[in-house]
Amino acid sequence: MRLSRPISALGRGSLVIAREVGGIAILTAQVARALVPPAMDGRELVRNLYRMGNLSVPIVVLTAFFVGGIMVIQSGVFVERFGATGLVGWGAGYAIFREVGPVLIALMFSGRVGSNNTAELGTMTVTEQLDGLRALAIDPIRYLIVPRVVAMTVALLALTIIGNLVALVGGALFSQLLLDLPPALFYYSLVDNLRPEDLIHGLIKAVVFGLAIALTSCHFGVTVRGGAVGVGRAVNAAVVAAAVSIMVLDFFVTYLVK
Amino acid sequence: MPRPAASPRRAPKRRQPGHLAFVFRPLRLRWYDGEVAAIEAKDIYKAFGQASVLEGVDLSVDAGQRLGLIGPAAAGKTVLLKLLAGLDRPDRGSVAVGDKDLASLSEAEIMPIRRRIGMAFQSYALFDFMTVGENVAFPLARAGELDDDTIRARASERLRQVGLAGSEDKMPSELSGGMKKRVGIARATVTEPEILIYDEPTAGLDPVTSAKIYELLAGIQAETGGAVIAVSSDVEPLIEFSDTVAMLYDGRVAYHGAADEIYDAEQALVRQFVRGDLEGPL
Repeated sequence: MRLSRPISALGRGSLVIAREVGGIAILTAQVARALVPPAMDGRELVRNLYRMGNLSVPIVVLTAFFVGGIMVIQSGVFVERFGATGLVGWGAGYAIFREVGPVLIALMFSGRVGSNNTAELGTMTVTEQLDGLRALAIDPIRYLIVPRVVAMTVALLALTIIGNLVALVGGALFSQLLLDLPPALFYYSLVDNLRPEDLIHGLIKAVVFGLAIALTSCHFGVTVRGGAVGVGRAVNAAVVAAAVSIMVLDFFVTYLVK
Repeated sequence: MPRPAASPRRAPKRRQPGHLAFVFRPLRLRWYDGEVAAIEAKDIYKAFGQASVLEGVDLSVDAGQRLGLIGPAAAGKTVLLKLLAGLDRPDRGSVAVGDKDLASLSEAEIMPIRRRIGMAFQSYALFDFMTVGENVAFPLARAGELDDDTIRARASERLRQVGLAGSEDKMPSELSGGMKKRVGIARATVTEPEILIYDEPTAGLDPVTSAKIYELLAGIQAETGGAVIAVSSDVEPLIEFSDTVAMLYDGRVAYHGAADEIYDAEQALVRQFVRGDLEGPL
């Protein structure tokens, strides 16, 4: 009896994960199918790009600025110990472009936009608005989901580019303030040592993370059951699933795209 | 039990093929080809998990006929309406709209049929990111057959008819439950579909507004000659509105007959339900 409990709990958990992963896979296939040929509601796309992308700029800029500073503080210990001042810009830029920028901005994006998306779609589901669309002969996947997936992917890519640039500015500024390194030294260390592949590597991650956040948040939104309590549970599940997806996908992209 | 024919005053308007109604009535959306749809459910079964909701339901509505669907709470009325609208699929049985069986069609194949059906939901189902005017105009705008000015005018006219003139720029969150209900009806009827399905169209409305809503629904139905299926817990006005009434009980149709005969139905449980008696089998 005692032994069967953890085994049955493990089985239940596995079934839940399999169901959710399967649901996300089906939604991915439906979105891909709806994009061939590419047709979506332009107004919904622009509306989502604005509220998911434009309105996220301030928080991303603020976060990225201090991320650049953190990179300099962390590397400053070794820079001062070994006198490797010429490597500060490269070190900060390498970490920001390839790893810290895409991952941190994606986590921030998931918390702000992904959770909001799940709550909105979840509320629409429990108030029968999705059925309302279907009753009007409008496919919710094409009308609601596809514009959101495209908007979230494009927005996260754009926010990552903006965030990377702001983080570098923050890094250069904090190098001057904390390590007394002139911004020019930071700049030349950056451009002499970094390659375009470093930037592209991070941008590929941004696209993959954007898709993952969009699909998980939409999936948990449209499968809500149980009213307001269900919406709360769905938002929680969506944020956790997005964070786990970001880390797992980060590993695979880092490993595969060298 | 044989179903009575629709009353003559509500007989569908016959339209000849190629009828030029669109010339004289430019607001009309479709080209009438003489066919007015009917809807028919045969041997419908539906369960959710272990809970069986419908067990062999047979129901049909002819064009030009108004069917009132009644039954105790949780009898499966809303489930049946969603099956009839093609929003859900029966586990067994068929739902025929014209010569198409919705149960056997894919989601993409059902879409054109849904344009012939208008549905007003119990929980309004208004799009909360749109204004009231945009909600009502939405089906017309998506159809892409009318210019913006005509769409706006038509949406405003429908809002006026449901007593919400001047509410175009309000958001659904600014409306009371009764007002939302009326917006839902306006949106469902603005394209003048051939089949109209109303889930609790007068719930939360005062008696006068409720009477006005039924008058509006009757007017729209008389104009289109289509079929109407309405569910309401407010039994008496619904019976008065309907040509025929069906009562769902225990997953089956316990009664289907003329509206004015239901108070004297053979089944004691039907009589008890419509009369609201405390004594009886229910």
